[in-house]
Amino acid sequence: MSPSVKTPEAKTKKPEDSFFKRLIRQQLFIPIAALLLLVVFNLIADPSFFTISLKENSLGNPVLSGNIISVLDNASELVILAIGMTLVTAASGGQDISVGATMAIAGSVILRMVCGGQITSDTMQMNLFLAVLIGAVVAMLFGAFNGALVAYFKIQPMVATLIMFTAGRSIAAWINNNQLPIINDIAFKYAGTFLPGIPVPTPIFITVLVIFIFWLAMKRTNLGLYTQSVGINANSSRLNGLDPKLIKLMTYVILGACVAVAGFIRVSRSGSINYSRIAENIEMDAILAVALGGNALSGGKFNIYGSILGAYVIQFLTTTLYKYNVPSTALPAYKAVVVIALVVLSSPVVREKMSGLKKRPAKTAKEVS
Amino acid sequence: MPSGIAVDKKNRLKSRAAMSDTNLLLLITVVVFFLLYLSAVLFLGGGYTKPQSFLNILNNNASLIVLACGMSIVMITGGIDISVGGVTCLVCMSCAVNLENQGGNIFTAILIGLGIGLAFGLVQGFLVAYLDIQPFIVSLAGMFFAKGMTTIISKEPVRVTNEGFLAVKEARITVPGLGSSNKLGEYIPAYVEVGVVVALLVVLALFFVLRWTKLGRAFYAVGGNNQSANMLGINVRRTKFLAHVLCSLLAGLGGILYFLHVGSGNVANGAGDEMNAIASSIIGGTLLTGGVGNVLGSFFGVLSLNTIKNIVSSLGFDEAWWSNITVAAMLCLFLIIQSVVLLRKNKK
Amino acid sequence: MQEGSVLELRGICKYFPGVRALQDVDFTLREGEIHALMGENGAGKSTLIKVLTGVYSKDGGEVRIRGIDGPAVIRSPQDAQNAGISTVYQEITLCGNLTVAENMYIGRTKGALTNWKKMNRDAGKILESLSIPASPTQQLGTCSIAVQQMVAIARAVDMECKVLILDEPTSSLDEQEVQKLFGLMRDLKKKGVGIIFVTHFLDQVYEVCDRITVLRDGQLVGEYVIEDLPRVQLVSKMLGKELDDMADIKGDSTAKVDMTETPVLEAKGLCSNAGIKPFDFSVRKGEVNGFTGLLGSGRSECVRAIFGADRVTGGAVKVEGKDVKIRKPLDAMKRGIGYLPEDRKGDGIVGDLSVRENIILALQVMKGFFRPFSRAKAEAFADEYIKLLEIKTASSDTPIKSLSGGNQQKVILARWLLTDPKYLILDEPTRGIDIGTKIEIQKLVLKLAAEGKSVTFISSEIDEMLRTCSRLIVMRDRKAVGELTGEDLTQTKIMATIAGGEAK
Repeated sequence: MSPSVKTPEAKTKKPEDSFFKRLIRQQLFIPIAALLLLVVFNLIADPSFFTISLKENSLGNPVLSGNIISVLDNASELVILAIGMTLVTAASGGQDISVGATMAIAGSVILRMVCGGQITSDTMQMNLFLAVLIGAVVAMLFGAFNGALVAYFKIQPMVATLIMFTAGRSIAAWINNNQLPIINDIAFKYAGTFLPGIPVPTPIFITVLVIFIFWLAMKRTNLGLYTQSVGINANSSRLNGLDPKLIKLMTYVILGACVAVAGFIRVSRSGSINYSRIAENIEMDAILAVALGGNALSGGKFNIYGSILGAYVIQFLTTTLYKYNVPSTALPAYKAVVVIALVVLSSPVVREKMSGLKKRPAKTAKEVS
Repeated sequence: MPSGIAVDKKNRLKSRAAMSDTNLLLLITVVVFFLLYLSAVLFLGGGYTKPQSFLNILNNNASLIVLACGMSIVMITGGIDISVGGVTCLVCMSCAVNLENQGGNIFTAILIGLGIGLAFGLVQGFLVAYLDIQPFIVSLAGMFFAKGMTTIISKEPVRVTNEGFLAVKEARITVPGLGSSNKLGEYIPAYVEVGVVVALLVVLALFFVLRWTKLGRAFYAVGGNNQSANMLGINVRRTKFLAHVLCSLLAGLGGILYFLHVGSGNVANGAGDEMNAIASSIIGGTLLTGGVGNVLGSFFGVLSLNTIKNIVSSLGFDEAWWSNITVAAMLCLFLIIQSVVLLRKNKK
Repeated sequence: MQEGSVLELRGICKYFPGVRALQDVDFTLREGEIHALMGENGAGKSTLIKVLTGVYSKDGGEVRIRGIDGPAVIRSPQDAQNAGISTVYQEITLCGNLTVAENMYIGRTKGALTNWKKMNRDAGKILESLSIPASPTQQLGTCSIAVQQMVAIARAVDMECKVLILDEPTSSLDEQEVQKLFGLMRDLKKKGVGIIFVTHFLDQVYEVCDRITVLRDGQLVGEYVIEDLPRVQLVSKMLGKELDDMADIKGDSTAKVDMTETPVLEAKGLCSNAGIKPFDFSVRKGEVNGFTGLLGSGRSECVRAIFGADRVTGGAVKVEGKDVKIRKPLDAMKRGIGYLPEDRKGDGIVGDLSVRENIILALQVMKGFFRPFSRAKAEAFADEYIKLLEIKTASSDTPIKSLSGGNQQKVILARWLLTDPKYLILDEPTRGIDIGTKIEIQKLVLKLAAEGKSVTFISSEIDEMLRTCSRLIVMRDRKAVGELTGEDLTQTKIMATIAGGEAK
């Protein structure tokens, strides 16, 4: 080898790297640090935040309640969305901002199915699984629409999904003729509340199931390798026999499925829907979860567990803010500040500046040698 | 660049005075608008023949015209700003609170509006241009911040009763020669609101800036190819920064015009206007990829968008959701057209 | 500063992560001289120029420019322009969405306004005087690449500069245009402008240049007056080897190819949307052949068509005598074809993925979505090839982008060797990598052929091809214009075929 070809790995593996520095480099450093910060804050401010108690709900069933349970419960939709969003981000280098609107669509479809087209219904008019399946197919079709715009028409993901972001809630309203169907069948609400006799909220189980499915998919298929290599270098991927367009499209369809599950959980919490308010601003949280998980929003390598952790951190933050009486309409302002702080910290320019301060002496040393 | 050379050599003398992309897309937009308006007149008749119904499109959309112009500038540099609707909303609410609860007058309100716009522009511009953060993320956060702040200022609608303000709001500027007679034979002069005059001045001023100033040309150069622009000696970061400052400042102005039109602060003000502005710019021939676009096009884009909205609602689809779906469909159509045009061009 | 010099660089250093792109490089440009900057790909020419023009910031050394006291500070292309340095880059660095005239004047006029009339008039004059076939008001993107390059030159020439840098400006120009450019350079030289000329074409260097500075591996080899440095010596300085050193690679495997056997791959009238004329091609078991021709002659497009990398628009392909359809790379891979692309960074590596993932990628894709390799298996594959090809990497987990160019190339080679192809296409495998790896790769090609695999080898360096190939297909203007074998495989014969009928 000629002298110019220094193996760079030797540099990254320098033993003098402090424990702290290596820690900071860990992808999960930011979400874990943020989580710890929130925990410590709540412990100091009001330790009762962490109490969990067994109470009776309105149906007389004993159920667990407490802030921690509510974080785990309420984060469900977000966690599920964050998983799909991570794949979309990895493969297409952009985010789907229409997830809230398509959740409204999926919820609207499911409600229309179980209500059988009526405004109120006391019993389900259709098998629940079938209704959810139809909702999922519809959401996946909308996902495919977004994906096709991104993959085949090469429109930037955020702009392409702007279309559904605008139209989605209107389409959701149109599906039910702008009426607000209400289902009073208790069985419909099992998924969003509690199964009889089980004190843990059902959404937590659904979330665990979804996480498990993705864990399995990452292990048993090449989902991870394919999406990452397409996201990093679509040309190379194509020359290695992959079909980057199809893979991008696929990630949007998978996100569509996630959206349907999240939409189902959301509507089954109350058995009704408000088109303009359901899952409002959730796209922001989902993108934030991906970023918080240490994933580059420009695509490429990803860590799905980082996004999941990020989603829980965000819900933790939301719950904490609620506890201190921040009104829900003002929440976006606070979260926007967090987003900006995060992207600034993770921007290459800032990172370079921060690490540049440390690197400079090392460089001069090399020049001398 | 080995590919494409031999082919290009053959085409060397072809299309010597070819129309620039900007002018071509502008032409398409203008034609589309006239066709739309003509079809409205032909098929829906009635009101559309009166000049006032055309002027009403202007009256109702003065704010959007300004927003669309700002959006076009950012899009020409290759960026995007989806915070403009939120800024509009925040400006309306701040102005309303200032006039109503803090004893402000119309000048303090204008200062507040422009100040908010400028503040958003400086922060967003800095993050985008100097820290290389994706404009979409920055302005998404900006949008949420603005909307959140609006509700923090006031959740309830604030109706303005300040007399000086109302006088400006109600002022009607007669357009000579375009009036028409009503059923009783009385002559009703055609009019525009003050905001329309401001909006038109903005369009003209920006048209001048984009065409004849160095800054304006730098916007195009940066959007066309920012590495090349850098090599050509243009300060790319400063240009991008200024584009965002200008856009947000115009969003502030747009907010003032919106406020002037509706006369109240409300958390729903300007909802979806970022979408309308983007759609107008795209319909007006501004390419998402940057480097191509024109504020005149955006102006016609606003007119086209609202004409088609009017047509859709006159056809009986007057439920609220149709308007959103129409905008989305128009946006989708033009995005696909652009993408197909671009893909074909790149293949050449 | 020395008497008579307009530009002096002293001890310039530039580092990129993992690479010393420039180390302690000195360079002196005198008034009224044309100075060639020579070196192989990756020698640091372009880096040096980008440092000089403020595109990269330097990590050490100083720049002195006549008329500026003390070391010049150049932080941006704007600074460079103000200091009297104007540059024409290898790639077009103009904005295709602006007009020709604007591209000539943007970023260097005074005042806040644009005077279109004056600008178009001035531009028109310059275009005419240089007989560039473009109108000032035309959108630049509608001009051919060659015209765009001429416009870039016109811009640079008009800038009243002290130093003019031409970074491989001739690669897209034809002979006539090159002559026009040379005339221009000589005029400027008379006016006292110092010109730095970077090119790959040796003929051009000996035609116009006064002095040569040679770089190798980011270091200065030396500065020579043109008369003192005959071609052979220049080449050996660039390569850092005496030519004889490399002759021993040549094997005698070429004789073993049985031309009567059914070809491993046979294509008739193949063409693609990349604009090549239909061509016939075949390769036999154990054969190493190659496409040669100038940059842009269509040699890469031919192999891309074979592999299905571009959209195939016509022609018939037979693999081992059977008709097959190759529409996309996966089809080709399934027929046992491997393809190492020309653009390593853009088409080859998947930068953020580990060396291991990069190695298994192609085989994994062939195996299928639902059948991932186990971690242990992937690890074993990677380790095997890291050892076999002596890839220098800390571990198989290291991201490939932090490896040096040569090692990245070996990883891509490993990727295709792992798929055990019958036929391997190597498009410029030796570009931009160090000389040691170049030789290793050439040896590997011959070894593969000896093992009975077929290889198509493309290289810009003809002697590399002479050493490895037994048959060369010569390309000109996107057309296969000749095929050379046996006795005809000489430098002169190849040159003559490339140049075509009008060659001297």
